Parts: sequence; structure tokens; C-alpha cells
Amino acid sequence: MIEVSGLSKKFGKLEVLNNLDLSIKKGGIFAVLGPNGSGKTTLIKSILGMVIPNSGKIEVSGKSVIGKFEYRENINYLPQIANFPDNLSVNELLRMIKDIRNMPANDIELIALFKLEPYLAKKLGHLSGGTKQKVNLVLAFMFDSELIILDEPTSGLDPISLLRLKSLINEEREKGKTILITSHIISFVEQVAEEIVFLLDGKIYFKGSLNELQEQTGEKDLEHSIALILTENHA
Amino acid sequence: MLFLNNDLGKAVITLMNIIVVLTPLVGTVFGIMHYYNSREFTELLLAQPLKRSTIFLGQYIGLSLSLSLSLVLGLGLPFLAYGVFQSAAIWQFGSLLLVGVFLTFIFVALAYNMGLSTENKIKGFGYAILIWLTLAIIYDGVFLISLLVFDDYPLDKFALIASLFNPIDLSRILILLKLDISALFGYTGATFKMFLGTNLGMLVAMLVLSLWVVIPAGFILRKAKRKDF
Repeated sequence: MIEVSGLSKKFGKLEVLNNLDLSIKKGGIFAVLGPNGSGKTTLIKSILGMVIPNSGKIEVSGKSVIGKFEYRENINYLPQIANFPDNLSVNELLRMIKDIRNMPANDIELIALFKLEPYLAKKLGHLSGGTKQKVNLVLAFMFDSELIILDEPTSGLDPISLLRLKSLINEEREKGKTILITSHIISFVEQVAEEIVFLLDGKIYFKGSLNELQEQTGEKDLEHSIALILTENHA
Repeated sequence: MLFLNNDLGKAVITLMNIIVVLTPLVGTVFGIMHYYNSREFTELLLAQPLKRSTIFLGQYIGLSLSLSLSLVLGLGLPFLAYGVFQSAAIWQFGSLLLVGVFLTFIFVALAYNMGLSTENKIKGFGYAILIWLTLAIIYDGVFLISLLVFDDYPLDKFALIASLFNPIDLSRILILLKLDISALFGYTGATFKMFLGTNLGMLVAMLVLSLWVVIPAGFILRKAKRKDF
């Protein structure tokens, strides 16, 4: 689904991605983990075309994406911070995004799922952080795209919405979608992810299933496995 | 103003001096503020299947058009009520509106370029205001000083070319050529009229003003294509 080879990106003097190679197959839930500054967001933004890499290739569904835009028709993206224009209402925003995408959308079901009906006419600037995140989730899941990228999807969510998010992710997985998630919440990753990609200093230190990681590090759970990798490489 | 003196021509001149300085300021301030305020929303749009040029040109033209519309309505309605259509001054008034629209588009484009060049809002705002200050005030000061210092040399061509590099001076020249009041021309206006004649002079001024819109807009697209978000 996604093929990244030799990806490098420098911001000024800081080398964020260092000749990174990554291959993500179609269908599955992949968690991208790593400490702050490891290049997770840069990697995701490079795939989305928001960051322009210095060198390397990125292919989605076999076609190069650097400098292109049509491939994003098949990607749903949940940004880490839900930033919407304050003067639009929820309805207006949904209508605008539907107009841009020109694809069938099942926003009505999702609005009902996250109980957003009372907020539809309200201006986005007046909503609480958690409610904005729910709108963010509706935008991310309402189109039927093959690749779904979620950047810290749990931030600001109440426990019930978190449960609903997990069931949504699993539903999409059943449909054969590829889901890429970045998160710091280890329990969430343990419950949801099938494969882990661990980034450190712009390179991939580990790629494989949760079980493989625990076998490799000899630790009993994900949290301790990651802590071990971090201390070994930062000590 | 229209009540104070019944001459539309005089009202146009007074308005010109205000518009030629204030319209760029309004365009600059709104341009830079709009750019930074919509940064986060721009990131949402960048994840959609849209070209970057569509997004940024759309924002630029949208802002410039709405500012131009408020200018045209704000100036136009009082003049309409006064009865400008019955007056011979309608073309002079039209040139005032045209110049206002040009200046809006130019300075919003310049402000957008400053916004795209830096993440720091304060620096970006500062650069944008500095550009306005330079073109509205400092440029003319330097020009006048050079006229005084190089008094012994023939400066006609220099004055002509210098005026092409300042859209505010060009706008003044355009309106004055339209009004055709020799007493108001000043050195640059007179040089324009002498070298190019009234009609060609106006055409050249409009052409260069158009370049002043197109070139910064082109830079917006170029910067937007390479920028990381």
C-alpha cells in the first residue's frame, strides 16, 4: 500500500528523517510509535504531501505521490490538533469538505454515533476541545477511502467516545482498509494495533507485531519493551 | 466632501491622496492577518485532494476581491447618490476605483508573500508593514533626495523608471493623467506626459500595475509549492 524508500528530510540543520525505508502492506492496523522528535509526524506529513522531502521516494498504491495531489482522494486524515475556521458551523464545514471530495459520505451515521446533533448549527469556535475532536473524527471516517491516517486520535476524547473510536477502527479494518495510527497512549496501541513501527532519530528501529517486539526485547508488555529500546539507544 | 465643494474633480483629487496611501495599508494589514489566521485551516485543506495553487490562489483572490468590493461600494454609493453618472467626472472617478482595486490586489499579494516567508507572526507582520511604509513614504523621500543631490544631471529617464518601481506613485500618475491638470503633475507626472503622452502613459502605467499584481501572485504560488506545513 505504502512504499517509502530512502526518505530524508532536514529542517535547517536538524535531520528529522534519515534515509528511511518503510513498507506498509494493504489491510491492517499499523501503529507508528516513537519519542518526541523522532520524525513520526514528518513521516506522515510527507506521505500526505504536506512536507516536501529532500530526497527519497514515496509510493501509495504503486504510484509516486511526490508533487501530486489526486492520490489524496483515497486517503482520510485526522490531524493531531483539530483546527477549523472559527466562523463556520459544523454543518457548513461538513458540507464544504463533502463538496471538495465529491464522494459519498456517511456523515449522518457518524454524527449519530458521536452524539453531535445538538452541535451541528453551532460555530466551530464555540465548541469545546473534545467536541471539536469528535467533528475531526467524523471528517476522518465519513469517506470510504482505502488508507486512513490518524495522528493522536485519542486526544480530548471521553471514555465512551474512545470505545466508539476503537470499534470504528476495527470496523474499517474488517472492510480491508489500511490504518496508520500515531499515538503516545500505550494501552490504546496495545488494544488496537496489529503491527508496530518504532521510529527513533529518523530511522526505523523495529517493525513487526506486538508479540515479536516482546520476544525481541524480552519484556512482558509494550510499555516496558519501548522503555528498553529507548534506554538502550539513548543511554 | 461633495457637499463642501460641488466640483467632482476636486473631490476625486482629495480622495486620491487618501486612497493611494490607505488602500495599500488596509490590503497589507488584512492580507497578513488573514494569512496567519487561516494557517491551520490551510493545513486541513492541504490534506484534501486539492492543488496547492488552488488553495493559495483561492485565498488570495477571495480576500482581494472582497476588499475591492467593499472599496468600490464604499466609494461608489455616495458618488452614485450625488449623481456621478450625469457628470463628466465619471471616468476620473472610474480611474480612482480602478487604482484602488489594483492597489488592493498588489498589497495583499505582497503581504501574503511576507506571511509565506516566515512562521513568526510578528516578523511577518513587521515585514509586511515595512513594505507598505517603504513604498508609501520612504521611497518618495529617497527619490526627492536623489533629485536634489543629482540636480546637475538629466534625470527624466531616471524619474520615469523610478516611478515604475513603486505602484503607489504609478497610481497617482495614472489618476493625474486622467484628470489632466498640468498644475498638479509634479516632476514624474510631467515626465510621463512628455515622454509618452496622456493615453500611452496611462496604458503603460496600467500595464506595469498589472505586472505588480501578477509577479507577486506568481511568487505566492512558487513559495507555496515548496513550503513545508
